[in-house]
Amino acid sequence: MVRVHHRNTEAFTLLTPALLVMLATGVLPLLFVFFYSVNDTFAGNDFIFVGLQWFQQVLTSKDFQWALLRSMSFSLLALCLQVPTGLWIALKLPREGKLVAVLIVLMALPLLTPSMVVGYLWKVLSLPNVGLLTNMLGLFGIDLNMNSKVWTWLVLLLMDMWHWTSLVVLLAYAGLKAIPDDYYRAARIDGASAWAIFRHIQLPKLKLVLSIAVLLRFMDSFVIYTEAYVVTRGGPGVSTTFLSHELVQTATIQFDLGEGSAMAVIYFAIVLAVSLLFFRRVTTQDNAT
Amino acid sequence: MKRLPISPLVYTALLMLPIYWLITMAFKTNGEIAGQITLFPVAPTLQHFKLIFTDSDWWMGYVNALAYVLMNVLISVFVAIPAAYAFSRYEFRSKRPLFFTLLMFRMMAPVILLVPFVQIFSDLNLFDTHIAVALAHCFFNVPIAVWILEGFISSVPKEIDESARIDGYSQFGFFKKILVPQIAPGIAVTAFFCFMFSWVEFLLANALTAVAAKPISGIMTRAGGVLFGDFGMLAAASVLGFIPGVACILLVRKHLVRGFSMGRVA
Repeated sequence: MVRVHHRNTEAFTLLTPALLVMLATGVLPLLFVFFYSVNDTFAGNDFIFVGLQWFQQVLTSKDFQWALLRSMSFSLLALCLQVPTGLWIALKLPREGKLVAVLIVLMALPLLTPSMVVGYLWKVLSLPNVGLLTNMLGLFGIDLNMNSKVWTWLVLLLMDMWHWTSLVVLLAYAGLKAIPDDYYRAARIDGASAWAIFRHIQLPKLKLVLSIAVLLRFMDSFVIYTEAYVVTRGGPGVSTTFLSHELVQTATIQFDLGEGSAMAVIYFAIVLAVSLLFFRRVTTQDNAT
Repeated sequence: MKRLPISPLVYTALLMLPIYWLITMAFKTNGEIAGQITLFPVAPTLQHFKLIFTDSDWWMGYVNALAYVLMNVLISVFVAIPAAYAFSRYEFRSKRPLFFTLLMFRMMAPVILLVPFVQIFSDLNLFDTHIAVALAHCFFNVPIAVWILEGFISSVPKEIDESARIDGYSQFGFFKKILVPQIAPGIAVTAFFCFMFSWVEFLLANALTAVAAKPISGIMTRAGGVLFGDFGMLAAASVLGFIPGVACILLVRKHLVRGFSMGRVA
């Protein structure tokens, strides 16, 4: 047994550079947000404490409630589409070979596409008459109409799927590759069906990576901003105006510092809650493996 | 003869289709794009690329983006290595809450911190500089770097630390001569992830810059184009925007899968 170090000072010395950077770029701006959220200001110089007034205003605002509902729905739908698809593709990927190596490189490509480019790409794909998606659907007699709320949602979900499903594939595939061959051999001797192998060998071993996939996918869909804005500008009407759009609109365009920051604090509270929920799972399993 | 993996092939083909489309658009004239749908450029043209490479307003966008991304990767990896080592090898007070706090920052939306960032960097006279964007991107990249590196370091046997200590290495010497070479693939993968998240981020990068440090994505919106305008031009700009990503993937392709499991599984 190699002993584990118990020296606090030594550990904290090693942590110092990272903690300093995080204090400056994470904690400090967050404190600003908290401060703004309970103050009123004129021209950003004099601040007057107003308590929870902004929170009351935000939480009772119909615009905010709807935007929150839309963001939640979008995230959940994105998860329901991407996690099963990603898992399915990962299960079907051969574990070795040249072909897989090429496929993985190609699959990773959408992940490295700047969000502005993703938005622009899907904007032109869904253009009336000359968009590729519009024409492909047209072949099946389907009319893609970006003035329809249902279609804009479908296009955004498809876009998010195109952009991010590969993350789930790669995470799940990494998890699958870590399962020793012996497990499969033993299952084959027992005459286990493909389903039984999936249910009793693969799925339990994938718990950790799938938790990470769900967490990352939920969070990043929940905060979608640029791509969706480029494709729909929040419309038609406000049907694709998500929480992040609402926040940017309030804080930087109407320049309502207090209200925008109260929104940011609520946003933060949701992030915190979801992270806590998953952190339990991720770390307990982490120690077990 | 092995069976072909049909669903992964179809999936990959579907992913590539929009990219193919974008590439052909970059070589089409605007007349052709707006006219009717064509699968190949009828009269291929290099006019869009020529304009980007001759107009510094355009190509500086790539230089600016690469500048802050590389700065961010350097800062993130540099501070994350000792931190990841501490998380991997030491037991210390409030280790778990600290690790959780880090991860939580990774989950946080850039939009939450948008307003204070603009304020802080303006007050520091750093508005419209590369370092401002590089620092702003640290709040999500440092945690991811610590997370991945911790996984990689934990898979290095602890005996190595002990023997280095016996051989008389200083802490710094140990990092430089022993640990870093051991986790080189992990560092490459970490750099890849930091690059990726910084390269694709738009909101902060655009809000913290005006002219001198404007990234290409910002220039694409400023050209007014993304919503209405010059489709061929924007397609060409987008195609060039893929190149750094492709280069990065190819560089770390051997370790990509392990990297995606945060270094935890081989």
